[in-house]
Amino acid sequence: MPLLENGHVTEDRWAQAIAGEALPAGAVIVPLERLEEGLARPKDAPLGVAIGPDVDVAVLRPALPRLGLVAVNFPTFRDGRAFTQARALREHLSFTGEIRATGTPLPDQYEFLLRCGVTTVQTDRTEDVAVWQQAHEIISIAYQPSVLHERPQGLGLRRFLVTD
Amino acid sequence: MSTDTATLPVGRYAYDQVDRTFLSQRVAQFREQVGRRVAGDLSEDEFKPLRLMNGLYLQLHAYMLRVAVPYGMMGADQMRELAHIARTYDRDYGHFTTRQNIQFNWIRLEDTPDILERLAGVNMHAIQTSGNCIRNVTCDEFAGAAADELLDPRIHAEILRQWSTLHPEFSFLPRKFKIAISGSPHDRVAARFHDIGLVAHPGPDGRPVFDVFVGGGLGRTPIIGVHLRDNLPEEDLLAYLEAVVRVYNAYGRRDNMYKARIKILVQALGVEQFREKVDAEFAQMNRADYRLEPAIVEGIRARFGIPDLDAPADAARKLEADRKADARFDRWVRTNTHTHRHEGFISAVVSIKPDGGIPGDVTADQMDLIADLADEFSFGEIRVTHMQNVVLGHVRKDRLRDLWRRLEGAGLGTPNIGLVGDIIACPGLDYCALANARSIPIAQKLSARFANPELQENIGTLRINISGCINACGHHHAGHIGILGVDKRGEEFFQLTLGGSAENDVAIGQIIGPALPEDETVDAIARLIDTYLVLRNEGEAFIDTYRRLGAASFKDAVYAPA
Ligand code: HEM
Ligand code: SF4
Repeated sequence: MPLLENGHVTEDRWAQAIAGEALPAGAVIVPLERLEEGLARPKDAPLGVAIGPDVDVAVLRPALPRLGLVAVNFPTFRDGRAFTQARALREHLSFTGEIRATGTPLPDQYEFLLRCGVTTVQTDRTEDVAVWQQAHEIISIAYQPSVLHERPQGLGLRRFLVTD
Repeated sequence: MSTDTATLPVGRYAYDQVDRTFLSQRVAQFREQVGRRVAGDLSEDEFKPLRLMNGLYLQLHAYMLRVAVPYGMMGADQMRELAHIARTYDRDYGHFTTRQNIQFNWIRLEDTPDILERLAGVNMHAIQTSGNCIRNVTCDEFAGAAADELLDPRIHAEILRQWSTLHPEFSFLPRKFKIAISGSPHDRVAARFHDIGLVAHPGPDGRPVFDVFVGGGLGRTPIIGVHLRDNLPEEDLLAYLEAVVRVYNAYGRRDNMYKARIKILVQALGVEQFREKVDAEFAQMNRADYRLEPAIVEGIRARFGIPDLDAPADAARKLEADRKADARFDRWVRTNTHTHRHEGFISAVVSIKPDGGIPGDVTADQMDLIADLADEFSFGEIRVTHMQNVVLGHVRKDRLRDLWRRLEGAGLGTPNIGLVGDIIACPGLDYCALANARSIPIAQKLSARFANPELQENIGTLRINISGCINACGHHHAGHIGILGVDKRGEEFFQLTLGGSAENDVAIGQIIGPALPEDETVDAIARLIDTYLVLRNEGEAFIDTYRRLGAASFKDAVYAPA
């Protein structure tokens, strides 16, 4: 499926590191094991890292100033650890770059992804992008604050979701 | 937003247009998901978590829909809608559960969007009644009414409902997650058998604080929740719970669903290490983002209708006279009522356990009657209890006898609350796809056997809890006498546990010996109870005698009949 940003298709400017090959010159996403290698590249070469769901994102702390992207993974849609990773990246580590969801999240989880701080989605799933767009628009209200700091609604915990 | 307090529903949070919009969007979303499923665009595997997030199970014979009753509170209008659903889409029945919800056992997938739409029409839903998310928060059935209450827990239960509803981070946890909240020093919510149990009370400055228990649960590994911290300030309630659930989401096991509950994580790490992780998370959170402002609490409290408690000065005296005049009514008052904070009022428990009946089952007509009685006698407010009964919270003492007569007429006046007839039972093999044995017939036989109300009162406080399998939906570990269905080469057997309790004296029942065949189980329990009647000291309940003497004294009664 194409890369999704805020319900719309966007161009992917990142290349994936290929196992066994040297890292290319441009923007590249490396697996966590090759982070050192990535960091050794010139300081202005855009660098992203892909982590598994069992990684404590605190290990990225020293590297984060150099990172433009962190890819979090949903090995199945049932495995919700990446939601916590994304939130921790935004809230505890103040990461402002791209957080990309990979693996097989469901379109029905799209709002959750965004509200936990994910910015782009690149899934192995095959359905039409329209399903994702629809999932993004169908619910306009949430009952709790999130990293998006949605506008409060009334006196309760309720928020208006931002759908642009 | 201004609210007209005179029109607020008593005892529960009043929805406004925003809440209603949210629900109708959810119904539209589910309709679309059902459509995708029917069209084959979603596999059953993919559809499953979506239907589960709307309370829809696939059971032995049909779909089962579990409708949320937030913290057990509902209104007469809502009960009437449930009656309508029972009549139109089910076989005229609903079933109250130990999670204070109601289940319908014979639902068609195609009808579900319409049912959810009807529910939304009365501000009800089935969101998060299943799935690996934070489930319906449960609460004391006498909340806001009980004389022993320190703090009405419903306001915070509603806050937790809102906080947990479609929580972006916590909707795909390793396993289901259950929170109970009590505002009384007397635990009526089984706080220590929940993933998180909260006990609210006023702090030194009068503001609410919470004692937090974590990692309790039943199922195949019954564990009593450990004490995590005391006096959590109200403003940090959400931050702290976020920290607990976040630690669980990050570290809870996902490789084995039987080891995925938070209780396993707490045991594996040890309380100290678990607490350290939670504290570390709590410390690094931006607490301002999660602060539960007093204004928010008050805003939510303001959307709860409160009953206008006004009783004639002689209401209590009238009740005394009524009791003297009618021994049967007097007995029912002894067993089926609870002391109210206002001297002119009392809380009445409607037993959904008629002699020989199915615990928790109500007919559509009974639902309508309960709704009418709630309107007439209790400000239109109804509570579902985790013992599968119904409570009318605020009944004027001078009108209690009228209420009782009406209940009696409908088969809802059984005087057995807290007694041997007040059995908790899960649906078991009659409905449940996971069951090893039928729970319902055992419950029916026991309750018929002990139907005599004098005998029941003589036996005294006794909790019998029945589960059809190790998942423990019927809380068998927490019963004074627990009955667990097991499968032995295709035959139904029942294992007895003794000494469990879900209250302040919390304990896990102990297995006393080999499981019994179906046809011996009821007799064995009858002998057990007879033995207790012989052995007990003056004033002792079954659990006291059991604790004083131990299992050995009861073993012979079960396994070596005279
Ligand atoms: C009929 C469909 C039902 C199914 C398939 C079902 C399934 C389960 C399963 C698999 C568990 C074990 C969960 C675990 O420990 O991880 C469980 C526990 C439980 N269920 Fe059910 N259940 C059903 C109905 C009910 C009903 C009707 C009630 C209430 C009467 C109920 C209340 C509970 C409770 C209280 C527990 C113990 C929870 C704990 O350990 O925290 N369930 N159920
Ligand atoms: S205890 Fe077992 S048999 Fe009973 S409802 Fe739960 S899963 Fe089904």
